[in-house]
Amino acid sequence: MEVLPPGLPRGAGAPDLDQVRRILAGDAAAFSELVKAQQGILLRLARGYVRTPASAEEVVQETWLAVLEGLSKFEGRSSLRTWITHILMNKARTRATREGRSIPMSSLVSEEEAGSGLDESRFTPGGSWSSPPTSWGSQDTPEGLLLNAETRTHLESAIDELPPVQRSVLTMRDLGGMSAEEVCNVLELSETNQRVLLHRARTRVRAYLEEHLGKRP
Amino acid sequence: MLTCKQMTELVTDCLEGKLSIWQRLMFQMHLGMCKHCRAYVRQMKATIAAVGHLPDEPIDPKMHEELMRRFENWKSK
Repeated sequence: MEVLPPGLPRGAGAPDLDQVRRILAGDAAAFSELVKAQQGILLRLARGYVRTPASAEEVVQETWLAVLEGLSKFEGRSSLRTWITHILMNKARTRATREGRSIPMSSLVSEEEAGSGLDESRFTPGGSWSSPPTSWGSQDTPEGLLLNAETRTHLESAIDELPPVQRSVLTMRDLGGMSAEEVCNVLELSETNQRVLLHRARTRVRAYLEEHLGKRP
Repeated sequence: MLTCKQMTELVTDCLEGKLSIWQRLMFQMHLGMCKHCRAYVRQMKATIAAVGHLPDEPIDPKMHEELMRRFENWKSK
């Protein structure tokens, strides 16, 4: 049984380190497995920053090459997934800048990030609902939402329309299943900031669905 | 007592387990008494879960082939 080098910092778990070892040893199946596990989320994150799907694919390919080049230096201070996502975000932002869009690393109080998406006018001055949530019928369950193809399209559009950093946080947390800590590491956010961004993103997505449910996309 | 507006502001903190015991109590009490906020929280949870199950695009086989070729290159260096 292999013994881990002494003093290896925590962050990456044993499965991560095992996968890294196998890839460094030239195991193609291990690399393929890693790519397949991460590809979906990396593409989604890239699309939040660059103009075209082709551009996003290029960013992701570049990311994988950078992962291979840097893998021998991976120290396991963060999870493998965090490390890979961090590389991707840097490349996506660089590409976005080259394409003429400047996206902040993290932004809490910028113009587009402000406002949670829930109209003040939905409430009375006393804070009660004046315009309460409409009924979603059978679509107020996850299954109800997902079984409807139009609703899936609306969900994708809702995410598409989020301000970039809110979009990244929601994608990583709710789509990618990453932990709050991992997201904070990738985006260099405090836990509170991360939570505020997540809150705003989720509020907007729900509001978008509320507005569009039952309508054609 | 929490207002409905405050409920909508606290929902993420609640789901993240970041409310104090007192806030949690207030949150649950309000939910018990307010069908509108119950609907809101239900919709929020459904939305989050649905987002979590959105399908990924299938991997482009050509891209994957290309990447595995690059892997073989890297391996041989």
